[in-house]
Amino acid sequence: MKYLHNIGAYFIMIKDMFRKPTKWSVMKTLIFKDIDDLIIGSLGIVAFISFFVGGVVTIQTALNITSPIIPKYLVGFATRQSIILEFAPTFISIIMAGKVGSFITSSIGTMRVTEQIDALEVMGINAINYLVFPKFIALMLYPFVISIAMFLGIIGGMAACIYGGFSTLDDYITGVQLDFIPFHITYAFIKTIVFAFILATIPSYHGFFMKGGALEVGKASTTAFVWTSVVIILLNYILTQLLLS
Amino acid sequence: MIEVNNVHKSFGDTHILKGISTTFEKGKTSLVIGQSGSGKTVFLKCLLGLFQPEKGSISYDGKIYSELDADEKRNLRSEMGMVFQGSALFDSMTILENVMFPLRMFTKQSKSEMQDRADFVLKRVNLADAHHKMPSEASGGMQKRVAIARAIVNKPKYLFCDEPNSGLDPKTAIVIDDLIHEITDEYNITTIINSHDMNSVMQIGEKIVFLKDGLKAWEGSKETIFKTDNEVVTDFVYSSELFKKVRQMYLEERQ
Repeated sequence: MKYLHNIGAYFIMIKDMFRKPTKWSVMKTLIFKDIDDLIIGSLGIVAFISFFVGGVVTIQTALNITSPIIPKYLVGFATRQSIILEFAPTFISIIMAGKVGSFITSSIGTMRVTEQIDALEVMGINAINYLVFPKFIALMLYPFVISIAMFLGIIGGMAACIYGGFSTLDDYITGVQLDFIPFHITYAFIKTIVFAFILATIPSYHGFFMKGGALEVGKASTTAFVWTSVVIILLNYILTQLLLS
Repeated sequence: MIEVNNVHKSFGDTHILKGISTTFEKGKTSLVIGQSGSGKTVFLKCLLGLFQPEKGSISYDGKIYSELDADEKRNLRSEMGMVFQGSALFDSMTILENVMFPLRMFTKQSKSEMQDRADFVLKRVNLADAHHKMPSEASGGMQKRVAIARAIVNKPKYLFCDEPNSGLDPKTAIVIDDLIHEITDEYNITTIINSHDMNSVMQIGEKIVFLKDGLKAWEGSKETIFKTDNEVVTDFVYSSELFKKVRQMYLEERQ
């Protein structure tokens, strides 16, 4: 029953996010601030993780290709496919659920605890639009982050391949270009946009509707991370089934 | 003027407000007092429109809140100023930005006009030099004064304060009380303060409403509260030895 209540309240929050919009001159500032916090502030960790996980994917693939009849360029092919189809959109989104999601929940939750949300509501401001909508718009730039993750993942794989001596640069590049299906990029970005929406709204819901004090802000952040990850994994399965099978 | 007529409010099976009726006049500082759990905060949130009473009505200068449409409610809300117990300043903004916030949201003033108005109210609350400080760098008393400045910057008709003295030393508490009282008088606004502080009651209570268990147990002023024989009020207000003596001296003086 509680889950049903939460699901209902979540969708009402989504509806309220588009109602009674905040003045554009104020909203513009909030959007730029959230782009800085959520997108620009995540680039470093995304770049670091993408580069090294790309390298690890390449090493694991190369070490598992033991048969001499399998061509070496398949290392590049497998790396590209893993990174574009799953690692960049899904794995990075789970990391972002931890980084961005907990930031959103704790910042909105702290505003709830310190009555800042009440202050907005008393002034007649639609607090959901004021707080959640800029995050939603900022995260519409999330595909840009994922593009960087894809690029750096493949570059990381290339570096690991060459410096680890698993194949030549030519083989790796041949593999990366092999049987490229442009729809795979579309598929990855459709997932990314859906995950961006989830990353903006589920943590906001847990922050906005939390009750209690500082301890509960921490609990809400953890709950938001768990539910954001669960929904991302579930939607990943559904979207893959719908778009690729 | 705010007229409250037979207001009831429940949460689930818990009946918090059990039919409160009273009037808060323009240009007067009214205090709502009572023990913790008496329904003061719920009552204040009903007055602010944050809670909808199940029964009864609240009217603001003749406009009954529950009968207004969404836009009218929004306009009415923009005529209200609120000072929260914990100040509720936006911690990502400087003090000046906090004070300018209602102007940015509800007026079409230019940046310089907004800044001039914010400067004026910050001077009024004796914070002329704190513009660029963050709320976290300000003391509790300063934060309360910023909250008052933010509440009055858009020239509200109604000012609500939830325990504005909590956590402040007695001297700063008196400064805050006097400031609220002066502003109420100066701008001729309807001010309602939720308070536990008996100093505030004696200092600025032009009207006092005493709540007990969700009911109005007594109402009067700082003058009449000394004379009342209502046991519920005297038990609460004169629970300390100091106030018992003050009351005794007052009554002896009058005889």
